[in-house]
Amino acid sequence: MAKQKLVLIGNGMAGVRTLEELLKLAPAQYDITVFGAEPHPNYNRMLLSPVLAGEKKLEDIIINDDGWYAGHGITLHKGRKITRIDRRKRLVMTEDGMEAGYDRLLLATGSVPFILPLPGRDLEGVIGFRDIRDVDLMLQASAHYRHAVVIGGGLLGLEAANGLRKQGMEVTVVHVLDSLMERQLDKPAAALLKRALEENGLNFLMEAQTEALLGDTRVRAIRFKDGLEIPADLVVMAVGIRPNIELAKSAGLHCERGIVVNDTLQTYDPRIYAVGECVQHRGNLFGLVAPLFEQAKVCANHLAEYGIGRYQGSVTSTKLKVTGIDLFSAGDFQGGDGFEELAFQDPARGVYKKLVVRDNRVKGAVLYGDTVDGAWYFQLMREATDIGDFRDTVLFGRAHMADEGREGNSVMSMSDDAEICGCNGVCKKPIVDAISQKKLFTLDDVRAHTKASASCGSCTGLVEQILAATVGNFEPAPQEKPMCKCTEHSHDGVRKAIVEQRLQSLPAVFAALGWKTPDGCHSCRPALNYYLLCAWPESYQDDPQSRFINERVHANIQKDGTYSVVPRMWGGLTNPTELRAIADVADKFKIPTVKVTGGQRIDLLGVKKEDLPAVWADLNAAGMVSGHAYGKALRTVKTCVGSEWCRFGTQDSTGLGVQLEKMTWGSWTPHKFKMAVSGCPRNCAEATIKDFGVVCVDSGYEIHVGGNGGIKIRGTDLLCKVASEAEVLEYCGAFMQLYREEGRYLERTAPWIERVGLSYVKSRIVEDAEGRKALFSRFGASQSRAQADPWAELAQPAQRDQFLPLKQLG
Amino acid sequence: MTDWIEIGRLDDIPQQGSRVVANAFGNIAVFRTGDDRVFALRDRCPHKGGPLSQGIVHGSRITCPLHNWVIDLESGSAQAPDEGHAACFPLKIEDGVLWLKPR
Ligand code: SRM
Ligand SMILES: Cc1cc2nc3c(=O)[nH]c(=O)nc-3n(C[C@H](O)[C@H](O)[C@H](O)COP(=O)(O)OP(=O)(O)OC[C@H]3O[C@@H](n4cnc5c(N)ncnc54)[C@H](O)[C@@H]3O)c2cc1C
Ligand code: SF4
Ligand code: FES
Repeated sequence: MAKQKLVLIGNGMAGVRTLEELLKLAPAQYDITVFGAEPHPNYNRMLLSPVLAGEKKLEDIIINDDGWYAGHGITLHKGRKITRIDRRKRLVMTEDGMEAGYDRLLLATGSVPFILPLPGRDLEGVIGFRDIRDVDLMLQASAHYRHAVVIGGGLLGLEAANGLRKQGMEVTVVHVLDSLMERQLDKPAAALLKRALEENGLNFLMEAQTEALLGDTRVRAIRFKDGLEIPADLVVMAVGIRPNIELAKSAGLHCERGIVVNDTLQTYDPRIYAVGECVQHRGNLFGLVAPLFEQAKVCANHLAEYGIGRYQGSVTSTKLKVTGIDLFSAGDFQGGDGFEELAFQDPARGVYKKLVVRDNRVKGAVLYGDTVDGAWYFQLMREATDIGDFRDTVLFGRAHMADEGREGNSVMSMSDDAEICGCNGVCKKPIVDAISQKKLFTLDDVRAHTKASASCGSCTGLVEQILAATVGNFEPAPQEKPMCKCTEHSHDGVRKAIVEQRLQSLPAVFAALGWKTPDGCHSCRPALNYYLLCAWPESYQDDPQSRFINERVHANIQKDGTYSVVPRMWGGLTNPTELRAIADVADKFKIPTVKVTGGQRIDLLGVKKEDLPAVWADLNAAGMVSGHAYGKALRTVKTCVGSEWCRFGTQDSTGLGVQLEKMTWGSWTPHKFKMAVSGCPRNCAEATIKDFGVVCVDSGYEIHVGGNGGIKIRGTDLLCKVASEAEVLEYCGAFMQLYREEGRYLERTAPWIERVGLSYVKSRIVEDAEGRKALFSRFGASQSRAQADPWAELAQPAQRDQFLPLKQLG
Repeated sequence: MTDWIEIGRLDDIPQQGSRVVANAFGNIAVFRTGDDRVFALRDRCPHKGGPLSQGIVHGSRITCPLHNWVIDLESGSAQAPDEGHAACFPLKIEDGVLWLKPR
């Protein structure tokens, strides 16, 4: 069958990004032809500003060179403008008479700078700021002339002005309003910005109405309504952009301000799609790349005929790319009626921060001078996190929150050899280099190429900052991130679908939600297996092949391929019989290392896979069961000696720990779940860095939740105080069940609580007694099936084969 | 040396699973995909020697259990941008019986 023909008009950022996404999904589906009016391959338009400022060279900003098109079999016509689309014959025609037929057409014609209708607008030396040609003209002018005027004090105008100043010109910025960048900044931030730019040598004429551009062939001066005249050898108009829709209009496609598209980026002609700044979606126009990249993803998915995913608009944030000036703006930063404003001002340091808040949710942010926390505020905004619990410190930034172990400092002030990723030993410089040399745009790309933040993820924030600082704000900002590359759906979306559509198996999820891969990947399958198990505890048939090896063989894989085995010791208690059995097992199977773990248990390390069933059988015979040290499951309950022996003990912490462990062992959780019970506030069992910790006091039991002693240390939050052991057990079961039902896979309780807010957890567990009892009873129901010792099952002779080689050769 | 050797039956390996053939020169991992195709690779990850047989099979790929490299079962090559290769061995099914040609 002949391949279908896809024609792309507009060789810019959105169009080519769509092709890249399409090639990932369906590399062989189309014969692709690209027409671009500019005589260049695809380049990063955003980086024209650093090029103008002399900080980057043209060759640095090419995204896809000619070889890329050739390598993917794409026909590229550079410097050829399409002037006609014949929708009946399905043909496009260039200015110079070339024709190409299509089955599908993609319009990505971008936008054009708006040129004010002033007398003299056609003079030489009057330009916009849009493409390489404009930058060339500006660089030429700076070599021969002195006076530049930029009309427009928005993002683009200021970047142009800064670049021209760096090239040695005298620059005046003319703005009609009294405040710069009014679409991104409030007045205090704009005032700080203006002062900093003045210090860099820019001149400003505010509230100035331009009347005419003067000159014979080349512009010479500019005159204002109040009669003022200033010299101008170069005039850059940066007063806004207009979607480039002439071609679409002439082809009779429905246009308003832009080419009107639906949520699948389809125009009114079903064969024709459109993406980028030329489109109008739900009444909105676009001027930043992040939403365009989201559109590209959705559009590619439909071109590839997967038909999943809809574009539903975007939340965007902006940064000004003027070296030395830190500025961040996102969302509804003006506030007004019904909004609250949290602000922080330190004029001496030139720092200003404002958060616009409604119902304890961040709605917008403006940061000036210190933008380290921009990404964090943006995330709080996107996820609509309840900030009630840390409202009083939120303006001091994330570093001020208790959980900040390794992060904190502004990443750009770090030296090149500062280690960013401790797991993979990646320093700052290789990350910056990879981003600029390999043209990486997204966190995933950076992870794949450098391994930075690909392991424990604690340095993700730092890597995101490096990415933002190196390429501008690129990371597309979907409302919620997809689970993995196999799907567009988020964790929460998938869970909801499992429950609402009563999906009972992995294949059912793949089919109902249109998975892009036939059977998922190592990242989504374990998550889905857990979500199904949690949703249908009575009926779901666990899928061992979708579990990480540790959970599949109920032991921990070691670096040499052997395993470690940790038997359960309730509450950390043991006795001579158990210890003897452990010693015997170690002797019998020649286990090289026996170690006391950080969780108060004994670890047998270096067991061969084929010995596992026999080791378990011996441990089972001595009354011990699996300690689940390998699982996203209840781990250990640490205890201290408590009132039975300790002179300070207030309650029986050991006994309570044993009860808790007996009640909860065997339960699977989104991530591992650890507990501890301390007999008094001296807290020898370290209960305040556990997922669920109990600190006994004279009058009862303090319940602490959401602690973590791992990658990022986080002290627990006090949930409440209760009077009896029975209550501790009920609160514990209810809390675990809430986390089991609502935590995302691989999210420990600490980040979960920070995401949903302690108040929320309190409202479900402490304030709602009925709800707590219901959660507790669901926990019990699921436990009635979960408490079967996996070791005993696998130690059965019939099961042992799977641990042996299929065949022994030689 | 290079004769086909019978190593077992397809049913001895779970779908999306793997078993090893022990060999004096190091284990050979035999994989079965979700759609019942089979592949044999040296049971050593090109990264740091992890036992590939213990990983997660998805599509016709295997994710190493140690640090999540993804290896293509058909070619033995690591998925870009990682670089490396695990040796592949000829393997065939006849009437549900698996035949391997170790080298
Ligand atoms: C064996 C043990 C170290 C020891 O010899 O003491 C251990 C060993 C491992 N820990 Fe741990 N952790 C051990 C106690 C801890 C503790 C201390 C504790 O439990 O009181 C912590 C900090 C407390 C906490 O979790 O909040 C701890 C925080 C981690 C983390 C970071 C978790 C986090 O949320 O930040 C990881 C990584 C992960 O889970 O992704 C980890 C991961 C691991 C893994 C599973 C790494 C891996 O994937 O192979 C190690 C398994 C080795 C093995 O084969 O047994 N281990 N690990 C301890 C087993 C405890 C037990 O008896 O069950
Ligand atoms: C100087 C500058 C700095 C910027 N900085 C940022 C930033 O920091 N952050 C941010 O998010 N965004 C920034 N932007 C905006 C961003 O670059 C645009 O949003 C993005 O490039 C738009 O992509 P597009 O594909 O829709 O349009 P374009 O990238 O403009 O591509 C459209 C292409 O179509 C071609 N074309 C048009 N009509 C035809 C035709 N009839 N036939 C053939 N070809 C045609 C054009 O020549 C052009 O090459 C900046 C823009 C500029 C100019
Ligand atoms: S046992 Fe824990 S701390 Fe020690 S090396 Fe392994 S993961 Fe790291
Ligand atoms: S050994 Fe396989 S990924 Fe490291």
